[in-house]
Amino acid sequence: MTRWVLVGVVAGATIAADLLQTMEMRRHGEVRLGGGWVREAAAVLRRPYIVAAVGFMAVSFFAFLKLLSIAELSFAVPATAGSVVVETMLAKVVLKERVEARRWAGACLVACGVALLAL
Amino acid sequence: MRALTVVVVASNALGNAALDWGVKGLPGGIRLAPWALARAVFNPWVGLGIGLLALWMLTRMTLLSWADLSFVLPVTSAGYVATALVGRYVFGERVAGVRWAGTALIAAGVALVSTTRERTGSAVGETD
Repeated sequence: MTRWVLVGVVAGATIAADLLQTMEMRRHGEVRLGGGWVREAAAVLRRPYIVAAVGFMAVSFFAFLKLLSIAELSFAVPATAGSVVVETMLAKVVLKERVEARRWAGACLVACGVALLAL
Repeated sequence: MRALTVVVVASNALGNAALDWGVKGLPGGIRLAPWALARAVFNPWVGLGIGLLALWMLTRMTLLSWADLSFVLPVTSAGYVATALVGRYVFGERVAGVRWAGTALIAAGVALVSTTRERTGSAVGETD
């Protein structure tokens, strides 16, 4: 398997996991830090969207482990971060977030930086 | 929020570094077979990496309950800067000049997004 196929698997699974997590955390409301944080986090982990997100994260994780075994760390991590622009688009369309110009610009800078890191 | 963001970034960078160290030390590298994966998990560095990434997951979920995904994603991309630094100064990897330029762009993107309002989307069921 080439490293770029693995990058695609990692990115796709990560995008799915992030969207599902955000939807569930949006539904749950703000998590309070403090003594009950672990208990509250454990309760959230049982929600269906989070369970599905964890499944996607597992796919992403094992594909990433394989990628690490054939590529340098300084390639593997940034190469899979190019999904930030796609996720920003999906955050606007699916999650109805207001993505202002500075946020688009920041996401594009990150994506360009990722592209350079992958060279 | 800022302290939590630092924990998210640090646990991601250190977790990835521990995984990298552990995986590179496995004889024959990683094989996608159940027994090979189970053996990999018992490597101390891989185990530490998994623990740190579990912390990353929980703290990131908490951050997502406070802020937009389109805010959290770029801001926590500071982890890639930290990872590049770890790759260079801890593992002695050769990082070319163009990659340092990429790191600088990512840092600029992180800084820019961090000046925006963290939460613009409403909670599910919330009305204005």
